Amino acid sequence: MALSSQIFPSESGVQPPSDAVVFENVAAVFDDKLVLDGISFRLPYGETKAIFGVAGAGKSTILKLTLGLLKPDSGRIFVLGEDITQMKEDRLFELRRRVGIVFQESALFDSLNVRENVAFRFMEEGKTPEDQIDHSVREALSFVELENTIDMLPSELSGGMRRRVAIARAIITKPEVLLYDSPTGGLDPITSTNIIELLVKQRDVYKTSSLLVTHRLQDAFVMATHSFDRGSGHMKRLPPGSKAEVPMSFLILRDGKVIFDGDAHELAHTQDEYIKKYLS
Amino acid sequence: MSAEDFLSGVELISPTEFAKQKVQAVQDYVLLSAQALGNLFRRPLYVADILQQADLIGVGSLSITVLAGTFTGAVLAMNSASTLQRFGSLSLIAQLVSVGMVRQLGPVITGLMVAGRNASGMASELGSMVVTEQIDAMRALGTDPVKKLVTPRIVSTTVMLFFLTILSDLFGLLGGSAVATLLLGLDFRQYWTDAWQILAFSDVFTGLIQPVFYGFVIASIGCYYGMSTRGGTQGVGRSTTQAVVASSVLILAVDAFLTRALTLLLGFH
Repeated sequence: MALSSQIFPSESGVQPPSDAVVFENVAAVFDDKLVLDGISFRLPYGETKAIFGVAGAGKSTILKLTLGLLKPDSGRIFVLGEDITQMKEDRLFELRRRVGIVFQESALFDSLNVRENVAFRFMEEGKTPEDQIDHSVREALSFVELENTIDMLPSELSGGMRRRVAIARAIITKPEVLLYDSPTGGLDPITSTNIIELLVKQRDVYKTSSLLVTHRLQDAFVMATHSFDRGSGHMKRLPPGSKAEVPMSFLILRDGKVIFDGDAHELAHTQDEYIKKYLS
Repeated sequence: MSAEDFLSGVELISPTEFAKQKVQAVQDYVLLSAQALGNLFRRPLYVADILQQADLIGVGSLSITVLAGTFTGAVLAMNSASTLQRFGSLSLIAQLVSVGMVRQLGPVITGLMVAGRNASGMASELGSMVVTEQIDAMRALGTDPVKKLVTPRIVSTTVMLFFLTILSDLFGLLGGSAVATLLLGLDFRQYWTDAWQILAFSDVFTGLIQPVFYGFVIASIGCYYGMSTRGGTQGVGRSTTQAVVASSVLILAVDAFLTRALTLLLGFH
């Protein structure tokens, strides 16, 4: 049965909000190149889905489509139960309050300091009192353990710190969906592990649904085999053979199509030669 | 690299495709401009950003405007002097400098100077924001980048160019008076009296309506090239160059059309 008929029993355009994100047969063309060729997948609430693929496979495009920053050429996209395929920018602004994104290169506003970057949405809306903004900024920065950088400019931060500030900016409104675009790309192993720990914390403590685009398989496997331990304040490896499961799945793209969509167990036992080669 | 290797790397484009791209670019430019102007009637208006841009564009361009105006007036006086002397009409130099600066040279020279400084600045600033995904981040954080970045720049440039042109005209007359009195031995008071009396409403109106159009051209072109930047830092450099070239040429083109339109509309020559 096609995915669309499982998820959309009617053509009413109203999708029951059982999934945080749904892509239905989505195609996207840029510069005469077919980047996504009719892909379908769904992200259930509370789950993190890691998206893999070679460079140019359309991974970042999926995130931008999810946020409505790009429009698909065909197919439909549902985010938090709303059809955003043809949604106007004004309405998308409202929806984006419930969706956070961490860009590949952080995309911090270089003329604003850390506080202004993290509080950007609140300051633009102009509805939140200053002391409440300050409290929220400190809370978000404390989550990424960067309270002491509040008055610094992005140019004064290291790559890893910029990524963490970008995470703080994304989570300050406590979004229901988070989109991570290569959050550990170009970082050293220790900093990468710190970032992944933050992602695991966000997933397990706040139960946020997430799409994680990454080139680093080990990051996704760490997320699939660890859970956040509130007691120690760190992520902890699940015991071998443990029945406990973390809400984590994998999606692999090839030539604009989805060639794998499943959990870590299914991925480890796949017979697909391309995926085996990719994993090795 | 041999010529053959070089040519094999050059992407050839069909004339139809080229024409389509140009039409698409004009369409995108018109849409961006219309959206930016439409934002003037939608909240929020970003007054602080408008004032900040007014400071950057207006106050920042003060020195080049003053210098360009002064030297243009001085050169105009020097070049006109020899011709006027042949006809024994050196006393007309104040009128010539006054009408020339106020009607035409003041607005155009100021427009070109501000275009060189600010269209490039806008294109490179916005272009850098595009390639580092800051524009996408802004949209993702619920802010319309056209409203926050483009509209304030258009409003500020249009308003500030108007005042910069007045200053340029004034300093052009000062430059002319320096040449007239110090080099040509004319009377300072007589120069200013002649320069003032020759100016008619049509001269002042023509001279002051132009910067409104030029300001819009400079900011909208700078922002358009910035917002449509593609291809990393190389793309930013390309956008910057294109913004200066396009805005300068467009200022001269608008000047020609505007002069003709005002002549027909108001019936002055």
